[in-house]
Amino acid sequence: MDFDDTPDEAAFRAEARAFLQANADPKAGARPALRGGGLDAAGVQRCKAWQAKKTAAGMAGLTWPQKFGGREASPILQVIYNQEEENFTVPRGLFEIGLGMCIPTMMAYATPEQLERYVGPALRGEEVWCQLFSEPAGGSDLAALRTRAVRDGADWVIDGQKIWTSGAHLSDFGIVVVRTDPNVPKHEGLTFFFLDMKAPGVEIRPIHQASGARHFNEVFFTGVRIPDAQRLGGVGQGWKVSLTTLMNERLAVGETPRPDVEDLLALTRALTVDGQPAIRDAAVRERIATWYARSQGLKFTRFRTMTALSRGETPGPENAIAKLVNASKQQDIASFGLDLMGNAGLALDDDLVEAYGMFQAGLLSSPSLRIAGGSDEILRNIIAERVLGMPPDIRADKGIPFNRIPTGTR
Amino acid sequence: MNFDFSDDLKQLRDQARRFLGEQCTSAVVRRSLDGQEPFAADLWKGMGEMGWIGAAIPEEYGGAGLGYEGLCVLAEEIGRAVAPVPFSSTAYLASEAILLAGTEAQKKHWLPRLADGSTIGCLALAEGTGNPDPKSVHARVAGGRLSGAKWPVADGGIADIAVVVARDEAGEIGFFLVDLAAVPKRTLNTLDPTRDHARLDLDTVPAEQLGISLGWEGVQMLLDRAAIPIAFEQVGGADAALRMACAYAQERFAFGRPIGSFQAIKHKLADMYVALELARSNAYYGAWALSANAAEVPIAAATARISATEAFHLAAKENIQTHGGIGFTWAVDCHLFYRRSKNLALALGSETFWKNRLIDLLETRNAA
Repeated sequence: MDFDDTPDEAAFRAEARAFLQANADPKAGARPALRGGGLDAAGVQRCKAWQAKKTAAGMAGLTWPQKFGGREASPILQVIYNQEEENFTVPRGLFEIGLGMCIPTMMAYATPEQLERYVGPALRGEEVWCQLFSEPAGGSDLAALRTRAVRDGADWVIDGQKIWTSGAHLSDFGIVVVRTDPNVPKHEGLTFFFLDMKAPGVEIRPIHQASGARHFNEVFFTGVRIPDAQRLGGVGQGWKVSLTTLMNERLAVGETPRPDVEDLLALTRALTVDGQPAIRDAAVRERIATWYARSQGLKFTRFRTMTALSRGETPGPENAIAKLVNASKQQDIASFGLDLMGNAGLALDDDLVEAYGMFQAGLLSSPSLRIAGGSDEILRNIIAERVLGMPPDIRADKGIPFNRIPTGTR
Repeated sequence: MNFDFSDDLKQLRDQARRFLGEQCTSAVVRRSLDGQEPFAADLWKGMGEMGWIGAAIPEEYGGAGLGYEGLCVLAEEIGRAVAPVPFSSTAYLASEAILLAGTEAQKKHWLPRLADGSTIGCLALAEGTGNPDPKSVHARVAGGRLSGAKWPVADGGIADIAVVVARDEAGEIGFFLVDLAAVPKRTLNTLDPTRDHARLDLDTVPAEQLGISLGWEGVQMLLDRAAIPIAFEQVGGADAALRMACAYAQERFAFGRPIGSFQAIKHKLADMYVALELARSNAYYGAWALSANAAEVPIAAATARISATEAFHLAAKENIQTHGGIGFTWAVDCHLFYRRSKNLALALGSETFWKNRLIDLLETRNAA
């Protein structure tokens, strides 16, 4: 065993580091971003400028084909780039979904002319993409979605509503899965498109989240016309296309949410329990040791994934493990950190409270991490079925035409 | 990044799994469980012949020179098979103590005998209730003779020699080698009869010091190093218990469907798998640290132990739960894992001990 890069990986790491050193500020000492209200206009411009710079330097789309501006590199190089970028403050949060999920789906299903038109501008950060999947009636049960598309000449006419669409208000284009046939079982009646987010009839409203922030949107479609030429995959093949997108989602490497155990360690050195540093308290030590072992376990699981990637193997379900463990760990660490602050743990004013209010922010935002991008429950199903070979659940909606599936009142 | 065992070691793992699958069947384990034999002597002999016991012992001392990664690979398989053999006592503890503290002559004399399995070793540390602690070491050596009561001593009833932790005439803690042939041993009834445990009443028995007194730090170093292969045994046991639960969940039907199709079962199995993978990754880091003789051994050992104890405990108890009533019968093997999981959780310091140690180490690192 060793933790060394191969010569090729080391050369790329040096290249990535040199690029970052020349173009970005090191992160050391910087406060983590807290309770961010999303990107403002200036933030969007910073993201776009950074993406253009990355692309010009050959640091974007690393795994993509060369004809689309990529390097056709092994995914390990992307992991290495991400590791290096972690050490710098760079504007982020605008292109992850478009480049990580939307464009790869386009590459699998769009025409060469469409790819010629859309891939370059997306990679250079000139155009932003979003993904329109979830609906009020289709979250974990995504295929239960109800947004309708009806054929009308050379177009499809879309009516309905999507929800939890990150960055919809900043996006130029989106990928969308809709119901084209409600008379067949639910997975068979879906079709996949890409669309212009500025098209008439598209209305975007921010969601006021339980945490107080407004990162996500509801998107309403009223008579929106999408040309049939923007269909990805066959009519009724939308579920299959969606799986391509979601597979890319699972390959995306998640960051460790804050506060994590190192933040709690720092907090417990600063706070006192019974006149002693909190880190001397038996209950505190017990909890920190448990979370430390989990954090390290995830770190070294990531190393195992990198080893597989480095050998050209397909990684296993490690990302499901990481998200499942991280989400609850963040919620529990945040809650425990506040307990140690006593009543002052209520305070959100970051000039008053320890750790700049990171624990308070983490407590408020952490429920979303346990739901978004595959809820805890769905991830456990995925692990049990795909890794451990458990049989699928018996479904009440199997083989039943979509319009005859029982629905509740919510 | 090459955070995986080499192809050679994977081959060793496959061989070990095959060998133990054939030679360490449930029937063999149950001979110890039922008190018919204190350990599987034939199995032990085979392990010695294949060089497993001396995996990490350098070739110059009669070992196989496979290194610590090799030892860890074997440990996982031994844990998987719930093997009733004094492997940890002989390989991770007695041999390791001699390697750590022994003189050249002591190494030359004892290590070849331990490596081939002809001599069984053990570590006599505990003196009754409590986690490892220098304050609990009362055994003393005076004029080359050692006195004290040591219990529980894993494999103490079957070992030929013991490495005894005791105080020298100056009160310093050191390792002392004692020939157990003439020592009275009381075999203990324990939670896990598949591993021998004894009480040794040492009354002015001849004792030879291993090198010089290293103090409690020497003992802690030994515990750290042994904790890593023990964590691999726990990982192997957890993996086996999870596989057993998964197999049953697919075969057992209730309400007209396999119980593994119920989310209540699926989520339980997924949680076992997640705990196991975290434990495995932490154990791998421990194997790397041992093998590289890295400064990270203590933190890696504590982390690996904490994760592995959690994973094996969860897998062993939820394997019984997945089985339902049949899992609580003597005839089904679930309780072998349940017993072994608690045995290993208590060996060489329980979870509380390793958690406290981890925090101490993190604080020391932070202060530096």
